[in-house]
Amino acid sequence: MIPEIGHFAIALALVMALVQGIAPLVGAARGNATWMELARPAARGQFLFTALAFACLTQAFVTSDFSVAVVASNSHTLKPMLYKVAGVWGNHEGSMLMWVLILTIFGLMVAEFGHNLPPSLRARVLGVHGLIAIGFFAFILFTSNPFDRLDPAPLQGQGLNPLLQDPGLAFHPPFLYLGYVGFSMAFSFAVAALIEGRVDPAWARWVRPWTLAAWCALTVGISLGSWWAYYELGWGGWWFWDPVENASFMPWLAGTALLHSSIVVEKRDALKSWTVLLAIVTFALSILGTFLVRSGVLTSVHAFATDPSRGVFILVLLVMIVGGALTLYMIRAPQLKGGGLFSPISREGALVLNNLLLATATAVVFLGTLYPLALDAVGGGKVSVGAPFFTATFVPIMSPILIACVIGPVLGWKRGDLGAALKRLRIALLIAVAIVLVTWYAASGNQVFSALGLGVAAWLIIGSFIDLAGRIGFFRVSPMEMVRRAVNLPRSAWGTAFAHAGLGIFVAGVTASSSWQTEQVQLMRTGDTVPLAGYSVTFEGVKELKGPNYEAIRGSFTVRQGDRVIARLSPEKRFYPAEKSQTTEAAIHTTWLADIYTVLGDKDKSGGWSTRFYHNPLVPWIWAGVMVMALGGGISLTDRRLRVGAPRRAAGPSAPPVPTGA
Amino acid sequence: MTRKRRRLYIVLLGMLILGVATALVLTAFEDSIVFFHSPTDIATKDLPKDRRFRVGGVVVADSIKRDTDGVTIRFGLTDLANTVAVTYRGVLPDLFREGQGAVVEGKLGADGVFRADEVLAKHDETYMPKEVADALKKSGQWKGKP
Repeated sequence: MIPEIGHFAIALALVMALVQGIAPLVGAARGNATWMELARPAARGQFLFTALAFACLTQAFVTSDFSVAVVASNSHTLKPMLYKVAGVWGNHEGSMLMWVLILTIFGLMVAEFGHNLPPSLRARVLGVHGLIAIGFFAFILFTSNPFDRLDPAPLQGQGLNPLLQDPGLAFHPPFLYLGYVGFSMAFSFAVAALIEGRVDPAWARWVRPWTLAAWCALTVGISLGSWWAYYELGWGGWWFWDPVENASFMPWLAGTALLHSSIVVEKRDALKSWTVLLAIVTFALSILGTFLVRSGVLTSVHAFATDPSRGVFILVLLVMIVGGALTLYMIRAPQLKGGGLFSPISREGALVLNNLLLATATAVVFLGTLYPLALDAVGGGKVSVGAPFFTATFVPIMSPILIACVIGPVLGWKRGDLGAALKRLRIALLIAVAIVLVTWYAASGNQVFSALGLGVAAWLIIGSFIDLAGRIGFFRVSPMEMVRRAVNLPRSAWGTAFAHAGLGIFVAGVTASSSWQTEQVQLMRTGDTVPLAGYSVTFEGVKELKGPNYEAIRGSFTVRQGDRVIARLSPEKRFYPAEKSQTTEAAIHTTWLADIYTVLGDKDKSGGWSTRFYHNPLVPWIWAGVMVMALGGGISLTDRRLRVGAPRRAAGPSAPPVPTGA
Repeated sequence: MTRKRRRLYIVLLGMLILGVATALVLTAFEDSIVFFHSPTDIATKDLPKDRRFRVGGVVVADSIKRDTDGVTIRFGLTDLANTVAVTYRGVLPDLFREGQGAVVEGKLGADGVFRADEVLAKHDETYMPKEVADALKKSGQWKGKP
């Protein structure tokens, strides 16, 4: 009964989406306030029905109702509760339901908190949002209904893929989708602005919080996925330039560009049509990401068995949404007259450089990801484009950004003084050069790029804060005065500093772990000891144990430095009888300066075990850096200017006053 | 600075970056694209020995052997028409097993043995790598859905 309620709720949500997608747009075109006001109750209703459907599906998973097909093929009674709940979105149907749930939450937020938007803009934003929702509700109802029943119902479910039974991955999809779907808000605002034919600083201020929130969520989501790949797959790597990874990385890159270009619109009333285009492209890449992962058109290490007909549906949706938006863009963009002029050396100039480079990097990743697909489609043979391609192209394109993103925030708007900026940053520059020289010397002069990488990292970390330190009068005024000045600095300045410094921490982690990783594979018998990057690892034997829904063989290793025991590590091999599959649980000891990473392999006929060890320097900095970046985004989000209620459009010639009904 | 001037600068800078990117992409494509071949391709075509490529097929039943060092693994990979011998040093992915599809990446040795340095794992045991399915279809041995 409950699954039928859920199914019905989705159908009702679709009806709500139809109302929301049509009435407000017609109302806004005709200046009919009643029709425009329909958007808000429709958005509320849509959210309520979707939440109801989601609750019904969760109920089916929690109570292990195997008469529901999705539950039967993705759950099991013995599964721990966390994974029963995570199982709701651990499969295609449920994850799409989560996608639209998040979509309706964003719609609800605009409906409830968008009081300060001009009524016509709000109606149009919600209208466009409703149109997107129509597509995805139809997708769910026609190709991937999560409430399909099985008759007769099986007595036991097939269980969730054990690799996915992991806390890191349980929360990876919600964050990723918050990011993907959050960009739909920027898209709706962009299309609404195109319909109105008006993009101004107030518009940019309304879009920015949504973009920023989506960007933070996507950042966290991607890093959770990468962290999971690092400790769960047992390969010691954290990013493989795999198509599925790239699929989430492309919207992130475009979203980062959007975040920066909208600053120029807000502050200087320039780069308008470019920003609108970026908003469209970012959301297009988000849908493309969903399509690539769900359609199975790409060969990926993360690929799951998929159904091509769904892929076609998403592709059609993508073409309709993006095609429509771009057509509108073509018609309306020439009307968006740019405002403020600026010289090449200025804050705007730096942001333009950032955008050009990020856009190029996005294009390169896009090319590398889709080239194999295109080549295969025209019968050009099967190829794969892997990490070497991306290292050779992406890294050089992004490198100038790493240098420039410290200088940019120090430059003035309109016309900057590069010499004065560098003078303010001289301490960072000196330390960076010193680090390059020391590293270069320590590595006996043959690792230029590693040395440069660490130097750039120091430049980013120190350079990002040095200007703020100057502005709060570091060491020059009393501590109380410093705190007072620090609090009074705009939050967005702090956010920028944290985000850029986080990038620096990330660069340090990437450089060190890719330059100085040690890998060791060997056969070990109980009592054997092998050296590993200045430590020694002793194999103490294995024992069998039983988990809630798996059987495991646990190896124990003692890591010593000299005679001192540093850590005892217990990697496992787990066998999940329900899913008839096996997973490897790496055991990791982290010192924050390096990870010692152990994997237990297979048993040899003679009774030895194959084992794999890694010593990964600075690897934890990768995720720490990314988290600091997301934190920077979060700090920016608390800036007064960005509060949803705060910005008001200066009384302009257009935007007819329409009384709000509610 | 006039509006036109500014636009010119941005366009020039954009062209410069795009030009550099294109050059980078083209050289990287030249060096780092990895082709996919089936065991039949290896048997019938003269493939370059110094280039990395991928081979996909089904792991031959009872073919997995370990060398005395315990970490070098040998197995056969077949598209059911031809079989290629593969060696790999390291810990195999969890979903690697006999009778299942697998894709390996590495170089072909002069002795005709494929030296893999990467064995691609899939997250899903029922998943058949697309290349393997196509290779099986090509050799006429595909039993699954057309």
